[in-house]
Amino acid sequence: MKTTELAIIGAGPAGICAALEAASYGVEVTLIDRGDMPGGQLVKQTHKFFGWHEKSAGTRGVVIARDLAERAYRDPNVQFMGSTEALGYYRDDGTLLLETPYGIEGLKPKRLLVAAGASEKMLLFPGNDLPGVYGAGAVQTLMNVHGVRPGQSVLMIGSGNIGLIVSYQLAQAGVHVEALVEALPQIGGYAVHASKIRRLGIPILTKHSIKEAYGERCVEGAIIWEIDDRWQGIPGSEKDLKVDVICLATGLSPLCEFLWQAGAEMTYIPALGGFVPVYDENMQTTLTGVYVAGDVASIEEASTAMAEGHLAGVAIAHSLGKISDVDFEAKRKGYVKELEQLRAGPTSKKIVEGLAALRDETGKRVSV
Amino acid sequence: MDSSEMRIKNHPILDFEEKERVKFYWEGEELWGYEGEPIASALHAAGIKVLHESIKRSHPRGFFCAIGNCSSCLVIVDGVANVRACTEKLKAGMRVEMQKGVGPALSSKE
Repeated sequence: MKTTELAIIGAGPAGICAALEAASYGVEVTLIDRGDMPGGQLVKQTHKFFGWHEKSAGTRGVVIARDLAERAYRDPNVQFMGSTEALGYYRDDGTLLLETPYGIEGLKPKRLLVAAGASEKMLLFPGNDLPGVYGAGAVQTLMNVHGVRPGQSVLMIGSGNIGLIVSYQLAQAGVHVEALVEALPQIGGYAVHASKIRRLGIPILTKHSIKEAYGERCVEGAIIWEIDDRWQGIPGSEKDLKVDVICLATGLSPLCEFLWQAGAEMTYIPALGGFVPVYDENMQTTLTGVYVAGDVASIEEASTAMAEGHLAGVAIAHSLGKISDVDFEAKRKGYVKELEQLRAGPTSKKIVEGLAALRDETGKRVSV
Repeated sequence: MDSSEMRIKNHPILDFEEKERVKFYWEGEELWGYEGEPIASALHAAGIKVLHESIKRSHPRGFFCAIGNCSSCLVIVDGVANVRACTEKLKAGMRVEMQKGVGPALSSKE
């Protein structure tokens, strides 16, 4: 069977940064992704990123993705395996099962990093399975990667940064955005993004939600209504919007099925996105040698995913004896500090609390 | 619908290069798309949104996540069922059909 020192599942921002970090100490890395190119979901992010990370602040996601992908391709210690899905992990003998374009293959890595990212949350309402109801990420993929408009007129649900940014990107692609609804009394995302939407004349309706989607075979319209303080719809406040696309930007869940299957201990922390793996300060799960980074560990930004990737990468290199204790400590401190800075803002308060709750869980596990 | 209407030509940030156009078939009808783009995007550009009918209630389904996570867009390609239209790349001459329920167990090619 093929072997490698480090197998990474997911070549998004977290996975690539971990690969580059570990490879810089001589770790032999196999970087696996079901897509045919590294970059993950950054490839559809046309907006400029905020944050502190190296040169990434002020850079568009598509550019960051291209840069990371090129660095991964150039690195002689990184082997990219595209169009490959990780099917499962036999923890007893450490075999990773992969479906490649050439068939099923086994791979035995000394260390495994799961950086599988996230999936979009569904919202419950009648008609939510009609074609035309899409995740916000799907709309981005369709128009920003493949150059196809999702429809003529869109109802956006959710005013977090994704909802605001994708509304703006729809307008850039020449698609009409009828309205953006938000169940909370205030806008969830950054004011700078919300202002751009308002300047385009797109109404942002807070304390509003979708009542139902209707249509024979596809979305032909949506009924929205006002909701009260107990999140109940107010009868009589309904509005009928003639839209052919309903875009859900109602949050993400860690894509952690692989970790469940592998047998890592999981815990439920809503602030981090739902079920997340229990992991220590080096991003190691309760399975020795199995690490996590990025959205699968907590739903955050690409910038934090990159920093977590670096942290996991250096920790893995250290565990393989590729870096001295002193050098490791210095590097580790740097990435931990960077993560603290990235999470210093008021919008990260929930994340910081969620991570504290996770630390408590980890502490319980270690003391047993 | 003319497939070019839904295609973005002018974009303030992105450039979409004209790739090679290929013919393929949806439910026997000839359509065109770009070689290598996902089947779902070629179909969507042609105005086709219903790709699948659900197992229990035969509800129409389209794609939802567009990145291979959710299996809402399963279609039959050249007789093989359970192909994700959102990630499978379009090739010239492909015969794509709507999948009803679980689809045929074995490839109808065999």
